[in-house]
Amino acid sequence: MIQTKTLQQTDPVISIRNLWAGYDNESVLEDINLTVNRLDFVGLIGPNGGGKTTLIKVLLGLLAPARGEVRILGKRVEEGRRHIGYVPQVVELDRDFPISVCEVARMGRLGTRGLLRRYTAEDNEIVAEALRKVDMLDLRGRPIGELSGGQRQRVYIARALAAEPEILLLDEPTASVDPQMSTSIYELLGRLNDHVTILLISHDVGAISSYIKTIGCLNRRLFYHHGKQITPDMLQAAYQCPIDLIAHGVPHRVLPDHTMQTNDTESVGLEGQR
Amino acid sequence: MIETVTQALSFTFMRNALLAGVLVSIACGIIGAFVVIKRIVFISGGIAHAAYGGIGIGYFFKFSPVLGAIAFSLASALGMGMVQRKTRERADTVIGVMWAIGMAIGIIFIDRTAGYKADLMSYLFGSILAVPQGDLLIMLVMDIVIIGLVALFYKEFLAIAFDETFATVENVPVDLVYMLLLGMIGFTVVMLMRVVGLIMVIAMLTIPAAISGQLVKDMKRMMILSSILGMLFTTIGLWLSYFLNLTSGATIILVSGVAYLLSMGIKAVLRRSADERRR
Repeated sequence: MIQTKTLQQTDPVISIRNLWAGYDNESVLEDINLTVNRLDFVGLIGPNGGGKTTLIKVLLGLLAPARGEVRILGKRVEEGRRHIGYVPQVVELDRDFPISVCEVARMGRLGTRGLLRRYTAEDNEIVAEALRKVDMLDLRGRPIGELSGGQRQRVYIARALAAEPEILLLDEPTASVDPQMSTSIYELLGRLNDHVTILLISHDVGAISSYIKTIGCLNRRLFYHHGKQITPDMLQAAYQCPIDLIAHGVPHRVLPDHTMQTNDTESVGLEGQR
Repeated sequence: MIETVTQALSFTFMRNALLAGVLVSIACGIIGAFVVIKRIVFISGGIAHAAYGGIGIGYFFKFSPVLGAIAFSLASALGMGMVQRKTRERADTVIGVMWAIGMAIGIIFIDRTAGYKADLMSYLFGSILAVPQGDLLIMLVMDIVIIGLVALFYKEFLAIAFDETFATVENVPVDLVYMLLLGMIGFTVVMLMRVVGLIMVIAMLTIPAAISGQLVKDMKRMMILSSILGMLFTTIGLWLSYFLNLTSGATIILVSGVAYLLSMGIKAVLRRSADERRR
């Protein structure tokens, strides 16, 4: 089987071929094709109800595809998903939940330490390192309920990193944070992208930043051209109506004729490569 | 006063009752903490009430009603868990139906049982003063089993309570771990039945855990504190019921309930004064 084959650097990290998926014979995703290569930074945007959540569920093995094939590092999703660091959308949580930042991040080690095995000193080191990467090490003892949305997002990223993933899969990473925090999260993702492949999915065009190397639009079908720019045509096809590309207060960085203002010289984003 | 206390303690039933209160509080504190943070109070109530079916069948077929209750609460725990996980029905509706059917089965079987059924009420409203020595041993063993299981699967229990999707992605067998948790709730419910009765089980599972959840923000401390609070409430409730000649189970629940309301009140006052300071 393919699983035993050693992974080539050039092999796709995620490969989706002719994927159809949905619920009760109603397809939400139609004929999706997507190849994500090593160290790509892919952003998929699309309206709510466009199948973003469904695509994430399929990639995490929580929903079986109706048709088509999904491979993660050449493996079936159930095996390949342990290479995915999943960062869920920050939603309102039980503020009183008795768990600390460190304990949340340590859940990233669950896959490595199976049933009946205790976390080791090595696990704690990896977790501390992950928290340091997202600048949350100082708050490791804090109850998770006391954090702001942006801080919680960082903890979830640390939890995903603690799994030592090949791929980070982020669901609406900036949905519940202010624009400033959103920029700093993208800076963080830009840094992390030196070592891990990133796939993020968002409904907010304004959330797509210059750190993203390739963009696609998802609305039942995927409009994806391995391009570094989003075109009004793609957007219109995805959203099925002309949409305002200027999102609330955040300067969008996806239109080709937009002069980019970036304060990060390491930017390998859209404008940087033009 | 002290004389009355020593006199009361000279009764075996009083000593057994106090000990039973301590033993159930340990199980309640640990399992209750999970019930509260995972928000499965309703399904726990369902498991408790469905257990009554087992008591009725035990009476009818002349075997131990406690065994019947254990079998029924485990079966209903698994059944309700399956419905919740594997079907697309509205889970709370199905749980409510199973809750009612379990109780109805119990009542019908007891109706059809000939003879003396005096201690039947004790299963509904508790009879901590009638706990026999042998039950104390069973409670101790159950406590040890519960502590052992929670210690073994602590990281998995915490993971499914906090974020089940993430746990699934990390290949934690979430359904199995959840069923194990429900099974432990089933066992705890049967233990509690002796003390406060099926009808008031929910209070003992939730109140100590809810209070300690407001005071500490660490799961392990929350389990320990709710166990201690449980011991406090059962002990105070028992003495009150002894001196005032009240039903023990109901007194224990009222003591817990008053403590809960007080803690809510104090929390509200503290929050308001904190808000004012901020302004």
